[in-house]
Amino acid sequence: MAEFALPKNSQLIVGKNYKAPLGTSNSRQFEVYRWDPVSGQNPRIDSYELDMDSCGPMVLDAILKIKNDIDSTLTFRRSCREGVCGSCAMMVNGKNTLACTKAIDSYSGTIKIFPLPHMQVVKDLVADMTHFYAQYASIQPWIATQTPAPADRERLQSKEDREKLDGLYECVLCACCSTSCPSYWWNSERYLGPAVLLQAYRWLVDSRDENTGARLDELEDPFKLYRCHTIMNCTDTCPKGLNPAKAIAETKKLLVQRKLG
Amino acid sequence: MAVPSNRPTSPHLQAYKLPLTGIISITHRMTGVLLSIGLVFFVVIMSAIAGGQKSYDNIQALATFWPIKLIYSGFCYALVFHLCHGVRHLIWDAGKGFDRETMDRYALIEMGISLAITINILLFI
Repeated sequence: MAEFALPKNSQLIVGKNYKAPLGTSNSRQFEVYRWDPVSGQNPRIDSYELDMDSCGPMVLDAILKIKNDIDSTLTFRRSCREGVCGSCAMMVNGKNTLACTKAIDSYSGTIKIFPLPHMQVVKDLVADMTHFYAQYASIQPWIATQTPAPADRERLQSKEDREKLDGLYECVLCACCSTSCPSYWWNSERYLGPAVLLQAYRWLVDSRDENTGARLDELEDPFKLYRCHTIMNCTDTCPKGLNPAKAIAETKKLLVQRKLG
Repeated sequence: MAVPSNRPTSPHLQAYKLPLTGIISITHRMTGVLLSIGLVFFVVIMSAIAGGQKSYDNIQALATFWPIKLIYSGFCYALVFHLCHGVRHLIWDAGKGFDRETMDRYALIEMGISLAITINILLFI
């Protein structure tokens, strides 16, 4: 049964408030989710007033500024700072996104930064992704073949077949979509979630893969696939502009088509 | 690695802003539950009709009482809305209507149509 309320140890308390330096004319308020596993306290919301004249344009720049100038204990994941690694996925103002590609100016007022929703928090903005990655591994995200490889070349693909992977291969597995999905919140132990299902579809439509039947068998399950109720949060939130809901619908169609012969 | 048991769950419903389609989705679920409960009253009305003139008059008197009118107006809207979103689900199942750009437009259309049909039904009863 879905638990709608946060458990006792997860309820938020008011944290510290850091004022902008004196003489700041262009300041902006950031509220950031903080949780320290050592303190034994509940998670808290710290608020920081930043001088925007000395801050980069993206949400990630603001987080880096907090870490560099105000509180070096602030913990988060980031790497490429250009939306290709998927590390800095977090919930900003009630919607999941990559902090590095989201402009501060695209929001008005206070900016609230939380870890990805309904995840176990390791520290501050870092969520435990172990289960998510295990689900990804479970769909065997690699090419599987029955026929021997051609002796003199790679397994080739026509331009048309290659185009079928557009809108799928760009997924960076940031988990913005999966953790935006209420179905995934309540059933993540059995429902694969939009990101992993989009990846599963990416291998289903790959013309070089020869394991389609077994892949469909694996997905034909009331929970793994069919907990998708087309809520569309996934497509709404994807920072890469992809469409996991559509990929899931196409997978359901493949299953129906197979049944109809 | 052993996971420390004191790890908090990050805020979800408390902090996430559902997009319009998400709100409609949960409304679809809620109207489904309410309609199931409403069916009980539908059966009560049906059996009242089957019970003859007197029991029908009684239920008729009750039905024209304004709070009851309000409830069945709500029931009508829930029914039509549930139907409209059901049609959208059929379109989705055909693999169509997933474009990000049109998501909100479709949501507004289905709310508009369900409201229009409800008003029509209420005008005719």
